[in-house]
Amino acid sequence: MSLKAFKRALWVYHLNTGSCNGCDIEILAVLTPRYDVERFGIMLVGSPRHADVLLVTGPVVKQMVPRVKRIYEQTPDPKLVMVVGNCGIEGGVFYESYNLAGPVDQIIPVDVYVPGCPPRPEAIIHSVVMAWVKLEKAEQGVS
Amino acid sequence: MNLLGENIWINGVIIIVGSAVLVFIGGVFGMLYRGIDRKLVAHMQGRVGPPIVQPFRDVQKLLMKESIIPDGAVSWLFTAAPFICLITSALLLLYIPLFGLQALLGGFGDALLIVYLLILPSLAFAVGGFASSSPYATVGAQREMVVLMSYEFPLAVAIVSLGWRIGHVTTQLTPPANPFMFSTIAEYPIWSLVGPLGIIGSLILVFTLLVVTSGKGAKVPFDVAEAETELAGGILVEYSGRNLCLFYLADIIKAFAMSSLVVALFIPYNLSPLVGIGTPVLAGIVDGLFFLVKVFAVMFISMSVIRTAMARFKISQVSWVYIIAMTLISLVGLILIAVDLMV
Ligand code: SF4
Repeated sequence: MSLKAFKRALWVYHLNTGSCNGCDIEILAVLTPRYDVERFGIMLVGSPRHADVLLVTGPVVKQMVPRVKRIYEQTPDPKLVMVVGNCGIEGGVFYESYNLAGPVDQIIPVDVYVPGCPPRPEAIIHSVVMAWVKLEKAEQGVS
Repeated sequence: MNLLGENIWINGVIIIVGSAVLVFIGGVFGMLYRGIDRKLVAHMQGRVGPPIVQPFRDVQKLLMKESIIPDGAVSWLFTAAPFICLITSALLLLYIPLFGLQALLGGFGDALLIVYLLILPSLAFAVGGFASSSPYATVGAQREMVVLMSYEFPLAVAIVSLGWRIGHVTTQLTPPANPFMFSTIAEYPIWSLVGPLGIIGSLILVFTLLVVTSGKGAKVPFDVAEAETELAGGILVEYSGRNLCLFYLADIIKAFAMSSLVVALFIPYNLSPLVGIGTPVLAGIVDGLFFLVKVFAVMFISMSVIRTAMARFKISQVSWVYIIAMTLISLVGLILIAVDLMV
């Protein structure tokens, strides 16, 4: 079982934890003909059970905490977590808002951060490359 | 008739080894076609699309993943359903002539048997959905059953009218030949039996079968059972890892088998007699390649083009399309063939 097959067939589950929808639209833009991430084998799937990557947007409102944890646990190993957008990284425009349970990495372990409010589609694709680099490093660490 | 004939051991070994080889080849070509299909759809949408080997990567990746069985699921059914689905899909390959050759078990089953066998993968699929305890999967499984019941009738009309027309000729023979046998269908292709009206009728039947193929493969616009955007994956919502991989493979093999069925019923021609190649090996290669071209044509029309051109139907529309529209259209085809016989 090669790392290449895993790297080049990432299925993505998109999880909105209370974002303003700006990042979600940019994520959809990544799938359009102009950016077309399907050429790297990346597919958007509808269920966390099928996912290899959790694409988390939003600052995690209090209501979402158990759900985010649960979705993280529902995703089969091995998995990656990518946070898209400033508000998921450190709160962004919602910084220190009364209803936040903290940025995403307070709730679940995060592998890749994509800053921007919202990040450009190129930045999201670049973060996938970063995820590949991380996977390669992890494999070298093991072997 | 004794299934294994005189030499039980030799025939048994031939059947077992042959099945393994056939299923393997069918799977590989099915995955290749799925890759080509995805590439072509991407090109038609103005995208670059995944590489053609993408399905192989997907399968490899799915095998590396963890297979989760949800707490609420009926675990033995949940695990058994993907296997049953894959095995019954693979069974189809044994009864349908592939690569211009006779079907491996062609002597023991005909086109009517295929109609019944085609139900099994969908049933296993639905059972898996019901067993997985998720409300999304349950809704998906119910939809799968509704769609299954909807396209059954046009499918039966198409195959039975074909057999009925061919039977008019073959039952006069001594000894009479079973018109539903693929060998008989290949010997008396419908196009050479009928007049102009009948040709129009047969074309209509081909159209019906192509639309049914699209639904059988659960492709857009008929993928209501999986409906990623509304049911979050529908039947498959709880499946992961190896179990999901088995369903993925079953789907690919089923699509390949269904396209081969259309080829076997309506385009049973071989290229080698036409271009006059005598040597068996060379003729086999040419026919095999020609078969791949024919299957590609069927898949391209019934899956790629329809998938690109249309959006998903609502569940009520799917039933309507099959139960009313396609049934009427296929009956028109049948009537045209019958009228052709009278004039
Ligand atoms: S990072 Fe900005 S654009 Fe993205 S979800 Fe947060 S507030 Fe909206």
